[in-house]
Amino acid sequence: MATTIDGAATPAIEAPRSPQRRPVRTKARTNFELYAWLFMRVSGILLVFLVLGHLFIMNILDGGVQRIGFGFVAGRWASPFWRTWDLLMLVLAELHGTNGLRTVINDYAERPQTRFWLKMLLYVSAFLVISLGSLVIFTFDPNIS
Amino acid sequence: MPKAPAGTLYRGREGMWSWVAHRITGVLIFFFLFAHVLDTALVRVSPSSYDTVIATYKNPVVNLLEVGLVAAVLFHALNGIRIVLIDFWASGPRFQRQMLYTEIVLWVILVVPGTFYMLKHTVETLFGSAS
Repeated sequence: MATTIDGAATPAIEAPRSPQRRPVRTKARTNFELYAWLFMRVSGILLVFLVLGHLFIMNILDGGVQRIGFGFVAGRWASPFWRTWDLLMLVLAELHGTNGLRTVINDYAERPQTRFWLKMLLYVSAFLVISLGSLVIFTFDPNIS
Repeated sequence: MPKAPAGTLYRGREGMWSWVAHRITGVLIFFFLFAHVLDTALVRVSPSSYDTVIATYKNPVVNLLEVGLVAAVLFHALNGIRIVLIDFWASGPRFQRQMLYTEIVLWVILVVPGTFYMLKHTVETLFGSAS
């Protein structure tokens, strides 16, 4: 058994070293970054229409910002179309921006604690902005005094 | 300076500077969005508080800032389309530079009349006889 083809004894082979210890992976590998990347492109294309349309209506059409007031908002939000438009724009823009800032924090904040707390602040603010914004769109009352 | 490795268009020249501008405009727009959701939320408080805060948007100085905001959003939107084309169109990376110059031309074509209409009222109020 311990012979080579020509019948000579094989030199002793030392026991292999124990396998190198790898850092224990605490989190399961997911495709989160791929989906985040894809979301930026898909939401971005939708936001081109939603946001540029919004800016055109609010800032340029019929005298622009000068005509905006409570009555103007009440008139627009009487229509489910504009409420849907604004809700979709709010959620997509906030998520798109949050993911963008997450990338910026990951790029520039170096200390683990700084990264963690900046991202916590970001996620809490995103949650508050989406909650408050949707609450206002869903519960808008044109007869409020 | 080390030479840029093959296969990236994000180091140096147009590829990098458009990336820088995309990042800066993106962060600016994000912070404006935060303020804008808060000011719009005042419609749920009272018509007068909403109208009071909206009056700041009609101030000449803030009006000028709005032009800057629209210009930033427009750049971010056009450059975003360019990024999508670079990532998904097979010839996108090859034409990224030409697409950037096309984008800048489009941006100027849209920003010039946009600025005119956005500042029309402010200029007329400050220097003319409009209400």
